[in-house]
Amino acid sequence: MYSKDGNDYFVVDSHIALWDAREENQRNIHGKQFIDCFYDYHRNLSPETEVWTYEDYLYQGGARLMKDLFQDGYVDHAIFQPAYLNEFYNTGFGQSEEAFALAEAHPDKLTYNHNFDPRNGEQGLDQLRADAEKYHLKGVKLYTAEWHGESRGYKLTDPWAYRYLEACRELGIKNIHVHKGPTIRPLDRDAFDVADIDNVATDFTDLNFVVEHVGLPRLEDFCWIATQEPNVYGGLAVAMPFIHSRPRYFAQIMGELLYWIGEDRILFSSDYAIWTPKWLVEKFVDFQIPADMTEYTQLTTDIKRKVLGLNAAKLYDIEVPAALRLPVADETATGPRGADETVAAELQNA
Amino acid sequence: MPVGRVGEDEVQRALGTVLDPELDEPITDLGFVRSVALRRLEHPAGTDFPGTEVVVHLRLPTSFCSPNFAYLMASDAKDAISVLDGVGRVVVQLDDHHDSDLINAGLAADAGYRGTFKHEAEQDLDELRATFQRKAHTAAMERCLTALLRAEPDRSELSVGSVRLHELSAGRHTDALVRRRAALGLPSDADSLVLVDHEGTGYPPDDVPMALRRARSTRISIDGNAHFCRGLLATRYPGSDSDQVARPDGAEPLNAEPSNHHTLLPLTVKEIGS
Repeated sequence: MYSKDGNDYFVVDSHIALWDAREENQRNIHGKQFIDCFYDYHRNLSPETEVWTYEDYLYQGGARLMKDLFQDGYVDHAIFQPAYLNEFYNTGFGQSEEAFALAEAHPDKLTYNHNFDPRNGEQGLDQLRADAEKYHLKGVKLYTAEWHGESRGYKLTDPWAYRYLEACRELGIKNIHVHKGPTIRPLDRDAFDVADIDNVATDFTDLNFVVEHVGLPRLEDFCWIATQEPNVYGGLAVAMPFIHSRPRYFAQIMGELLYWIGEDRILFSSDYAIWTPKWLVEKFVDFQIPADMTEYTQLTTDIKRKVLGLNAAKLYDIEVPAALRLPVADETATGPRGADETVAAELQNA
Repeated sequence: MPVGRVGEDEVQRALGTVLDPELDEPITDLGFVRSVALRRLEHPAGTDFPGTEVVVHLRLPTSFCSPNFAYLMASDAKDAISVLDGVGRVVVQLDDHHDSDLINAGLAADAGYRGTFKHEAEQDLDELRATFQRKAHTAAMERCLTALLRAEPDRSELSVGSVRLHELSAGRHTDALVRRRAALGLPSDADSLVLVDHEGTGYPPDDVPMALRRARSTRISIDGNAHFCRGLLATRYPGSDSDQVARPDGAEPLNAEPSNHHTLLPLTVKEIGS
């Protein structure tokens, strides 16, 4: 919980990792390139006081994770979203067993999501069923640019992906977190395109699709599909740290999200260990849309409460102390917020 | 047959015509050109002058920038230099990318897009290019119309649907819009509608505010990516920010804490211990 100026905020960090990118776990040059890319993100967007050494960055371990999130970071509950990346790391990037053991030890604080790869066919489906039971899965994290033999990416509209999503539906895995990456077949088109999420969200209305990084670098495409689909959510991983180095850009991201998808479908995350939650939570609670950006609505305390934790708590049935709740909201709506009123008012004036 | 001599300035100018298709900016402005080296080729007696060899190294903000964009920029760079008078051989190398080996081999062999990416390529990259030319036009259009709305506070959002090119004030944004329209094959007569889709069709009044808002999200996205890519390049290659041309669109105010602390003088002078 975070408290400021008499207001209390329940905090859910909806995208965290416990990774091992140390040299002995790097399978090839791509393992080094991948963690170096993360480290550059970290160095580029963190306040100077929050920058870790490269060595610390390669591996954190469970004890440090617990401290960074729950002791220092105001987080009430966090959700592991492990990236597999088995082509880059010997035991994968996200450390499943270590993270799951931590979640088992702290069930009130941690939820473990796992991953699947539709290119694993029937065997992978059996594995998903076994994993769902073993890890008590409520959600999965999919990285569509995962490398897999000759293939370097897949779409959610691939026939086998549908088989896996049908299995998720059967198994009660209702939250599908999707992270777009640069490689996908064919390379003819934009790999970051989120159009496949539009299709599956329509075909699986009983599943929730959380688009990580709010679709960045394709914020506009994400907003356009998410406004039409009530079961598409925006995860703020990677978008959050712009609050420090590029606050006007962050204001525009928030303004656009609030306009297109509204306050009930935006989820806070630090993307730990790319960044740590403490400074992000503090800055977010202090944040306001600059006064000259009159095209955007201001961020109220209740909007911040929803984004910081209440929206994710709802998706994952996380118990929120009564004092930190808000009155139950209606079903999430579709269509741009306020657009109808704007048009109606302007048509009257025209 | 190469005739004449080629100089580094001409090579730089040629590279300046190569755009990052996603960010809609020359690779020279983004700092993506790491080095340019010219060498006169051997000239055995009795043969024609074989020209100059040009070796260009390119660098990108991360190892995991999209390989299709990386290939487009590198192959466009090779094409732009190859046509210069006096050039005998061109070597373009993409450094430190996850697909460097693949792309560099493809460029060296002039294998083309499909020859380079083999089973991962289906047809060509024309659709990818077209997608981003459309986005660039959308963003340019929004910049002009939002500037108009800011300059005329009483103007309604709805009214931008009928604004014509001649109503825009002359300047950088309008020039950029005209260039983007040309890239899509749209006319730029004085009475052309400004708010149009990529085929030049305007919007009915009901759809105007939404079209403007969608265009705005596109502009924010491109500006945001362009600044983030600049910052990441400077983090990855210290000193490379001095090769970058500042981008006014989407820039944060000067008093915001810059991401490249080391390149700027401190804002406050530290007290020297007494």
